[in-house]
Amino acid sequence: MHNPASQLQPASPAVPPAVSARGLGLTFETNDGPVQALADVDLTINKGEFVSFIGPSGCGKTTFLRVIADLEQPTQGAISVNGMSPQQARERRAYGYVFQAAALYPWRTIENNVALPLEIMGFSAADKRARIARTLDLVNLTGFKKKFPWQLSGGMQQRASIARALSFDADLLLMDEPFGALDEIVRDHLNQQLLELWERTSKTICFVTHSIPEAVYLSTRIVVMSPRPGRVTDVIESDLPRDRPLDIRETPAFLAIAARVRDGLRAGHSYDE
Amino acid sequence: MRARGDGRVLPVAIILLAILAIWYVGTYAMNAPFQRDLDRRGGVTRSSTDFFIATMTQPKPTLPAPHQVATNVFENTFLRKITSNRSLVYHAGVTLASTLLGFAIGTALGILIAVGIVHFVSLDRSLMPWLIASQTIPILALAPMIIVVLAAVNLTGLLPKALISTYLSFFPVAVGMVKGLRSPDLINLDLMRTYHASGAQTFWKLRLPASVPFLFASMKVAIAASLVGAIVGELPTGAVAGIGAKLLAGSYYSQTIDMFAALIAGSVVALLLVTAVDLASRVVQRRMGARTA
Repeated sequence: MHNPASQLQPASPAVPPAVSARGLGLTFETNDGPVQALADVDLTINKGEFVSFIGPSGCGKTTFLRVIADLEQPTQGAISVNGMSPQQARERRAYGYVFQAAALYPWRTIENNVALPLEIMGFSAADKRARIARTLDLVNLTGFKKKFPWQLSGGMQQRASIARALSFDADLLLMDEPFGALDEIVRDHLNQQLLELWERTSKTICFVTHSIPEAVYLSTRIVVMSPRPGRVTDVIESDLPRDRPLDIRETPAFLAIAARVRDGLRAGHSYDE
Repeated sequence: MRARGDGRVLPVAIILLAILAIWYVGTYAMNAPFQRDLDRRGGVTRSSTDFFIATMTQPKPTLPAPHQVATNVFENTFLRKITSNRSLVYHAGVTLASTLLGFAIGTALGILIAVGIVHFVSLDRSLMPWLIASQTIPILALAPMIIVVLAAVNLTGLLPKALISTYLSFFPVAVGMVKGLRSPDLINLDLMRTYHASGAQTFWKLRLPASVPFLFASMKVAIAASLVGAIVGELPTGAVAGIGAKLLAGSYYSQTIDMFAALIAGSVVALLLVTAVDLASRVVQRRMGARTA
């Protein structure tokens, strides 16, 4: 497979891919019998990529992200994260996870929320201060560090939760519909900021969304998934330039990719009733 | 604060006046038969005004009048040395000491039980029915047994009485804290897992802070229960001091005014205790970023 990350980081055999899944499947045992959330997923995500997962609800995109994060255990196949098992990767704090909700602790100020993973991972006080200052600056929240979460808007809360996920410098960022609950104007703004951040930090980002424009705008690669059972139906490489102003979304190149994503979703029967 | 107080003064005053009116009517109705009997035997004839006043000023009335109780409370609170056996402050202090000690032990025990229940499945399954059963035993039956058993192992004085308060106060704290420690959302627990946080870290940084509002709510119930426990603990145990002892002595000698005064003292202590917990709750929760309502 063509590797779009090669211009960032020379691919060498010594660098394992950020995520590599082979024949991955996951079956939940529920009261109504087994439910196959994921079936036969083969996917390699190289370091420095921005990969979006798109599909209707129930297609297993969140489940796949949770398997990478060792929050769910696969029942078939194999998966490695940075060349390790997901559990080893989690124990080495290899990734930062951004949930659908900001999940800030209401009793902690913004800066103390960002400090939470640093406290748990045992960073020194000076290092902690420096990292809080740097990541809050990265998400433009420096002036709000003494505020409590409820004093911030939803978009700012989500930015704080991104700062929290970035603070300990994991080079993999897993984001599960982080902007799903926000209005479109805030969402545009955060999408732009996220691209800038990815550009500056050269992290690997796995991004779950159900918005086609969002997926096309952000990604170097779009993974189209379909439900029952959750599986990958198409992987679309984006040839958009790295520098993406918001109005790139009206260009023919952008619309062509969006149309391919839509076709991919239709081929996976995602539009069936 | 001021706006809220202003809106409340009038309704509270109206209710208070209504209670006083009903109380005075009750006083007359309850005391009149005895007064009539007394006058008949003494051969006294009174005008109806004089008779009414007599029912309000009996030394050992069936139901004391509000002003009699108020005078008694005032005299025994402000006009006596607090070391005096007649001082309500002295008796309230004795009860308060065992209430606070029992409440402290009860709260600690309740938290400990809750932590155990949340962290060990076996305790979750085995302990809860016993806790509930423990609260169905009448404390009045249990209190003398606790005193006697502890006296047999040479434990006397403040602690046995306090343990009766403990017995009543640990339960609401345990139940509230189990709920509080389990209150964090799955998403917050998942977050701790992504950080590879230890169980202790998850407890101190997530479960415990999340349970604080639950702790204060149950402490408010527990401190009132502690006071009841302390008073009840003084009743059947031959205590010589305390609000319970005062109540019991009053009932032996038909000193109904003293009994009512002791009851009032008890409610004032209860009010102060609950208010103190409420204040502590506001201060703590404000520091933990709670919205100022």
